[in-house]
Amino acid sequence: MSNGVRTALLVFVAALLQASVFSSVVIAGGAPDVLLVTLISIALLRGSVPGAAAGFAGGLIVDVATLGTLGVNALLLTVAGYWAGRYGETTGRDRLHAPLLSIVVITLLVGVGAYALYFLLGEDVSARHALVTTLLPGLGLNLIVGGPIYGLCRWVLKPAAPPIRAQEVEVVV
Amino acid sequence: MGVLVLLALALITVSYRQDGGGRLSSAENAAAAVLRPFQVAAERVAQPFRDVASWFDGLFDARSDAKRLQAENERLRQQLVQNQSAARENATLRSLLDYQTGPSYPKDFDGLTAAVISQPAGAFAQAVVVAVGAKDGVEPSAPVVTGDGLIGLVTRVGTRTSRVTLLTDEQSAVSALDVKSGASGIVRHGRGGRSTLVLDLVPKEEEVRVGDTIVTSGWRSNRLSSLYPPHIPIGTVTSVGQTDTDLYKQVQVAPFADFTSIDAVIVLVRKDVENAP
Repeated sequence: MSNGVRTALLVFVAALLQASVFSSVVIAGGAPDVLLVTLISIALLRGSVPGAAAGFAGGLIVDVATLGTLGVNALLLTVAGYWAGRYGETTGRDRLHAPLLSIVVITLLVGVGAYALYFLLGEDVSARHALVTTLLPGLGLNLIVGGPIYGLCRWVLKPAAPPIRAQEVEVVV
Repeated sequence: MGVLVLLALALITVSYRQDGGGRLSSAENAAAAVLRPFQVAAERVAQPFRDVASWFDGLFDARSDAKRLQAENERLRQQLVQNQSAARENATLRSLLDYQTGPSYPKDFDGLTAAVISQPAGAFAQAVVVAVGAKDGVEPSAPVVTGDGLIGLVTRVGTRTSRVTLLTDEQSAVSALDVKSGASGIVRHGRGGRSTLVLDLVPKEEEVRVGDTIVTSGWRSNRLSSLYPPHIPIGTVTSVGQTDTDLYKQVQVAPFADFTSIDAVIVLVRKDVENAP
């Protein structure tokens, strides 16, 4: 099975679980965002373009499954996937703290972005509730599930073997 | 990436402008219908784990229960989890049945019992998705109740699924009255999170007391009428206050329905659609 198919399966399962199960697992006021964490893991492992595509697909599934305004989650997760992928491609991929750092930064940015987007769409949402009461516990929960999910994604999306380097060079004259 | 962002923005624009109608909405409904079996499967697979999680949550909330439960061994705990799951489902369905045969059930409406397949997704949407839709006879603005009382209104109808906006949503409002005194007002979300409502616009001269029951008023005026039928229980008054400068009383209401744990609901469908408002 190719890595593309594995990525699609991971995103599909994570999006369904997020829409049906994890969004209602409220602990200390927040809920873990399994789809976001899975997306960050995929983007760090596979790069910015697969990250953006996975974000768009996962967000669209959540939008459809919850009968929400189409495109809202797709937009947020596309940008999140791209950012995480760029971080992985540039400096983050081999760093031990990259997954957790990405989860912290992207969870906060997606939370603020979602609030701004819903505000623009005319939804009447309390900023304190959205940005403090639910976002901070959600961040903590994302960090807790981040390690296992990153490990699972790393196991499922086995990194490609490094190219075989030539041991010697023959110069033909 | 730019293409995907533009596509997402286009989807938001079209979806927002169509607001539940049009081709995009039809496509969304079709996609939701395709996803529905997967959602139901995920829900069922996850249910035991959620029960375990809610069990631990219950321990966290109720320390007295925790002391008693901690004394039990692992086998009994697992047994308890299974029993609680079955009992809760049984109680939910029994309360729905009792409500449908009870005196407060609106006679002009048929009840469609439906499982909740998607819970409120974070702070932005106080809404759930239920597993009945247009093919089952659900229409927009249909009131939705549990055995305990009113929980909200259908705001979007798909082929086999519907979105129910809860009373705790910022945009929900229900005309209601105090059963005991007849004082009327508007029930809205409270600032205290998911479990608080307020009875707004109650004039100071009206009498409202702690412990009074609040129900839907279901007003009718000429050809117009409330979306909600009368006498559906909403909650009890937990505090009443007023200041010299305010025009209205400040009435807090504890809802009968538990908005944090909704497993099954009844969607009320008007029997005589022609007389609908």
